[in-house]
Amino acid sequence: MPKKTMLKQLATPRFQKTALLAALGMASALSFATHVQADTTVSAVMHSALRSLDPVSSSATIARNHGYMIYDTLIGLDADLNPQPQMADWEVSEDGRIYTFTLRDGLTWHDGSPVTPADCIASLKRWGTFDAGGQLVSNHTESLTALDEKRFALTLSSPLGDVIGLLSKPSAVPAFIMPENVASIEPGQPLPNQIGSGPFRFIANEFQPGVKAVYERFDAYQPRSEAPSGTAGSKEVFVDRVEWIHMPDVQTTINAINSGDIDYIERTPFDLLPLLEGNPEITTDVLDPLGMLTVARMNFLNPPFNDVRIRRAALLAMGQEDVLAALVGDPRFYQTCASVFGCNTAISTEAGDESLTSGGRPDEARALLEEAGYDQTPVVLLQPSDVATLTPQPVVVAQALRKAGFNVELKQMDWQTLVSQRANQSPSSEGGWDMIFTNFGVDSFWSPTINMLLIATGTQDSWFGWPSDPYMEELRTEYAMAESEEQRKALAEAVQEQAMEQATFIPLGQFQNVVSWRNELSDVVEGPIPVFWGMHKAE
Amino acid sequence: MLGYFIRRLLAAIPVMLVLALSVFLLLRLSPGDPAVIIAGDMASPEQVASIRTALGLDQPIYTQFFIWMGNMLQGDFGTSLISQTSVMTMITQRLEPTVSLALAAIVFTVLISVPLGVIAAWRQGSWVDNLVMSVSVVGFSVPVFVIGYIVIQVFAIKLGWLPVQGYRSLDNGFGEFASRLVLPALTLSSVYIALIARMTRASMLEVLKEDYIRTARAKGLGERLVLFRHALRNAGVPILTVIGTGFALMVSGVVVTESVFNIPGLGRLIIDAVLARDYPVIQAIILLTAGLYVFINLLIDLSYAITDPRIRY
Repeated sequence: MPKKTMLKQLATPRFQKTALLAALGMASALSFATHVQADTTVSAVMHSALRSLDPVSSSATIARNHGYMIYDTLIGLDADLNPQPQMADWEVSEDGRIYTFTLRDGLTWHDGSPVTPADCIASLKRWGTFDAGGQLVSNHTESLTALDEKRFALTLSSPLGDVIGLLSKPSAVPAFIMPENVASIEPGQPLPNQIGSGPFRFIANEFQPGVKAVYERFDAYQPRSEAPSGTAGSKEVFVDRVEWIHMPDVQTTINAINSGDIDYIERTPFDLLPLLEGNPEITTDVLDPLGMLTVARMNFLNPPFNDVRIRRAALLAMGQEDVLAALVGDPRFYQTCASVFGCNTAISTEAGDESLTSGGRPDEARALLEEAGYDQTPVVLLQPSDVATLTPQPVVVAQALRKAGFNVELKQMDWQTLVSQRANQSPSSEGGWDMIFTNFGVDSFWSPTINMLLIATGTQDSWFGWPSDPYMEELRTEYAMAESEEQRKALAEAVQEQAMEQATFIPLGQFQNVVSWRNELSDVVEGPIPVFWGMHKAE
Repeated sequence: MLGYFIRRLLAAIPVMLVLALSVFLLLRLSPGDPAVIIAGDMASPEQVASIRTALGLDQPIYTQFFIWMGNMLQGDFGTSLISQTSVMTMITQRLEPTVSLALAAIVFTVLISVPLGVIAAWRQGSWVDNLVMSVSVVGFSVPVFVIGYIVIQVFAIKLGWLPVQGYRSLDNGFGEFASRLVLPALTLSSVYIALIARMTRASMLEVLKEDYIRTARAKGLGERLVLFRHALRNAGVPILTVIGTGFALMVSGVVVTESVFNIPGLGRLIIDAVLARDYPVIQAIILLTAGLYVFINLLIDLSYAITDPRIRY
């Protein structure tokens, strides 16, 4: 063959036309094949991958959300944070010590067997092992007794004002009701099955940890008659199937919803939001107006933050606006808020300190450091490198602390290393830490009893940082016992002032997550957690 | 040949043992405690200790190693510490997408890069040669994720020809399966196309100067026969080596492509496992990958004998 013949053949119009037609034909055929899917399947990209299937022993938010798909709770919490009957109604004895719960009719497990008081009792005991609020109830519990096939009694050793609030709270660990044999499993052991009594069934053989979790409507579920609101009211399901897909790349997620590959994004990245807001086929909205609080926590056990003056200096050094601008960027979705309960809740108060919301007072912080004789001991801040919503805070705070005269060391690490290191109570020079950052849903912060960062019992039961503050504990107990709203508000204000005075933790601002969904979805339920009941999908 | 095959397999055993020990020790010495991660925020030290016992992490390291090795030799790779799922099940679920992607990418690579390399060598110094070499520089220089986003933007979003993301197994039909592999395979193959095109060109240039090529042309053989039967076959040994190791690299290094196209493969599994300190999963994948390297290298060595009759074992 002459030397140029092959190239000439490739360049002929006939060859090019044939190749183009073949490519177009194949692409069209493949494209058609990919868009065939069931109409009532909702594909949702959640904020994180589901790996652990135990929503009580795991503190992961995604495990909690999984729990709400397949389990139910005795009490629900409506969108206004008011407890409402869900699986059960309740009565309280006159002395406030005996709570009698009556299970509503039609409650069955996914295997068809009925939900019994024994299941509820075992579940509440398990909840009391893993949750701060559950521990509070557990510590005051004299007995949990089945009365008959529908009723059981929780008898307290002394009255506790907020029992119903604790049973209804959706975070950190809700009081999910599990079958007795599941609830009796020891910590660290896998749950024997994923049978719940909630509105969805978990499809175990399609579960790929870290990739996909599949749920199908539980046809025998008997919903309540009230309208859905938060985790309360009707949980009637109008779609056949929900698929939770994890996408590690946020740009891919945006591309996928724009092209119709997925229907729903639980947390839209703030910086990519404009790519969706310009698409008329997509709705973006805030479904949880309370949102999240981002906070800093100091280590109370070791110098320099074992000195309250130095903790106060750190608090005075910080300004929320800088943190929120770096974390969220778009002012539509954040606000400054110095309340340790989060803002816009029934008892929120910003009493005690305004410096956080007014950009900080570095000069006062510097003076306080001098008064305390701060010796330039390095302050170690832990920064997770792989959690986008926790990466900016340490950088901004480090700069603010340096400006006030702190010697700051920023330690970057992956989240799981940080999780292990934050449990280390040694000084930072020996592998410990001085300041960490985290985000909590306001629904898990909104009262002194459920806010785990306010627990100040030292190394025994406190959250990392291990504050010891008997007066704070006294206030929390009084709040739990309080029987009137006025009492609760007054005590909440006292807690706020004490938290600011002791710098129990530092609120760095409140922000809302933006949910995006394709317009084929409607009636998406508002509330503190993402739910898939009540939702319709157009055919 | 059979004797050589068996000798090579036996030689792989100490390699795998040393690797297993190294991986095991490195993981145990790295920071991060799976029990703390599993226990959650409100766990007491007693609960963490109880989880550590339940997982066998309270045993001496050498005991843990021997238990793991003993189980593995019986085909039991253990259970994920985080999801409590069988490691073998997790790997099986993730192996298919990765191998499918790597195979598709290697097919694209071979179909595109070898002819390009041959043509570039054949027309050395011409515009074709310059074009192929320039494109290969681009293939080397542009990160894979950038290429991924570009092809998604063009072929999936603007033209709508192919899906944006995801993986479907063959059970869902060939169209569904193939349509979701085209863009990621094209993306993944870009760097290998560049590499193998250059390698093919260089090998071909060497061979085309040989006396037997001149002889073949002198006796009147057609150019296609000279290029593909005589020259390419003689230039094939280094090309095969690169293709073979390229395949192994693809299987073990597809994490970026898998992330951009949301393919639930082994790359993502190992990243997730490392971040979660899921020891059994990390250990199993690293051993599997090492075994794959050993096996592919063996296949490459055996294939030399097929392409080059002068090589005998």
